[in-house]
Amino acid sequence: MIEHRFGPYGGQYVPETLMPALAELEQAWVAAAADSEFRRRLESLLNTYVGRPSPLYLAERLSARVGHDVYLKREDLNHTGAHKINNALGQALLAQRMGKRRIIAETGAGQHGVATATACALLDLECVVYMGSEDMRRQEPNVKRMQLLGAQVAPVDAGARTLKEAVSAAIRDWVTNVADTHYIIGSCVGPAPYPVLVRELQRVIGDEARTQVRTAAGRLPDRVIACVGGGSNAIGMFSAFVDDDVELIGVEAAGEGLETTRHGASLTTAGPGGVLHGSYSAIMQDEDGQILEAHSISAGLDYPGVGPEHAHLRDSGRARYVAVSDADALAAFKTLARLEGIIPALESSHALAWVEANPGNLDLVCLSGRGDKDLAEVLEQL
Amino acid sequence: MSERIFEAFERARADGRRAALMPYMMAGYPSVEASREVARQYVSGGADLIELGVPFSDPLADGPVIHAAATEALANGTRLADALAVAAEVASEVPVILMCYVNPILARGYQRFADQLVGAGVAGVIIPDLPQEEAAEALAAFESRGLALVPLLAPTTPDARMAEIGARARGFVYTVSVAGTTGERGELDLAPVISRARKATRVPVAIGFGISTPEHTAAAADAGADGVIVGTRFVRAVGEDPAGVGKLVRAFGDALG
Repeated sequence: MIEHRFGPYGGQYVPETLMPALAELEQAWVAAAADSEFRRRLESLLNTYVGRPSPLYLAERLSARVGHDVYLKREDLNHTGAHKINNALGQALLAQRMGKRRIIAETGAGQHGVATATACALLDLECVVYMGSEDMRRQEPNVKRMQLLGAQVAPVDAGARTLKEAVSAAIRDWVTNVADTHYIIGSCVGPAPYPVLVRELQRVIGDEARTQVRTAAGRLPDRVIACVGGGSNAIGMFSAFVDDDVELIGVEAAGEGLETTRHGASLTTAGPGGVLHGSYSAIMQDEDGQILEAHSISAGLDYPGVGPEHAHLRDSGRARYVAVSDADALAAFKTLARLEGIIPALESSHALAWVEANPGNLDLVCLSGRGDKDLAEVLEQL
Repeated sequence: MSERIFEAFERARADGRRAALMPYMMAGYPSVEASREVARQYVSGGADLIELGVPFSDPLADGPVIHAAATEALANGTRLADALAVAAEVASEVPVILMCYVNPILARGYQRFADQLVGAGVAGVIIPDLPQEEAAEALAAFESRGLALVPLLAPTTPDARMAEIGARARGFVYTVSVAGTTGERGELDLAPVISRARKATRVPVAIGFGISTPEHTAAAADAGADGVIVGTRFVRAVGEDPAGVGKLVRAFGDALG
């Protein structure tokens, strides 16, 4: 009913136990997307609760610094401070429609966990968020926020105790409790139908921005730039521009350098594809097919896989993927704070750093989240 | 090779067992050499077939005990060649079914992986994250070499889908006893899913996940299973008392007499 493959990428590499649930989810999404009542409910909540449409802002001082116009799509101004709420709220409404009263989610930095806990509080759904115990330590305020919102935060002690293991733990919970539980995955990764479901819920970013930039600048931008971890804010932006004559740039985490293994740039490094968390995509793996640990200063880009549609956009040449180091992202974080009075998420700072380093003409950047959550990490580093 | 699987089920019955016993082990746990000894103990303890796990970094279908065993096996440097050496150790005595997640297979390619399995004398392969929708290429590579790609059936699998999977199955069907990951459980209601699997296929029906006591294996046979797979209980035993695991396998087998 909807695409399961993007070129060779995507698919459904999951235990048999989950296959009927994926089919049920796909049917439910197709029916909901065609139901005007469902769409109206989602749109109304996005407008009155999330605060959409998010503003498009011409960053004049930043533009002067880089020598060309830079528009920022302000997803950081959404309720809960990032684009994650667009997806979490849509999927929570879908779960409610499917009669699933229990929600599980994974989170790295905590943004998707907070967004999901928020949507569950709003819709009176039970919520369990899996989080690596190392991430819980690094992101304690978000743990407290989720708990305050009524969610149970379940620590994950396997492996490096970060996002990859949290996703695995959530999938294991889903296998066990699939009858009454919906898994709200936080990015455009995972088995079909998730990559499409998440893209469709995030494309509101691109649809709004496309209209806004035409009004503000009188034309389409030359380049659309977004950071890519799993890639949900990027795919939400790119979807609206994919048929336009606009360059699409996805910025991954180069971490401590692409020549090291301490990065999160599965697309840029372009190794052989592989299967992680239910789909075939660009992943970080060793020659035996064991998954490697990613690294990034930003917890949201600290993931060894990426959405399968991005892998296809890379191969087809429609989008270009580049990587920015921890150090350059930190510098861009500081620059935006000083020049514009906006503290960006470290994730979004990767996209800003690329814009600073690459002269252009008219850029549209997705400012995917705000940086309050990163203050402890940044103050340690600056 | 897949005929060897069928024969093993037949022979178990001829030997007076109500169902074949298929203990699971993790290659390389607690070490490569020790896991070779575990395989030998499984054989001397009366295993009819052996399910041999290849360690993987992200085993989505496994609970904490087998996950930890995989992590330890990888940490001590276990690679596919080591797992195949364990298989070769006992493959002439009992059929060895390799349990491997899909990504380590993709890293080699299905054809090359299948050749390596043939070289080690492996009879079949279980890929827990490769449902039938994604299995065409693997099926072609394995079947052309006489290897059985053993499919999984779950309690959540609808009847029509079970029939589709069951019709194409080679070797046996691996029937998952409960929705969930591998791991020991107390109460198990095995009869409903075994009876549904039985209706869906003509190949032997083996049941696994949660089988933790000799009473469970007896109950599985009572419910009509042709084979019983015991994993986590034996992997835990390997961690606690590696020398005694053959005796434990014997106790589970005796319950099938």
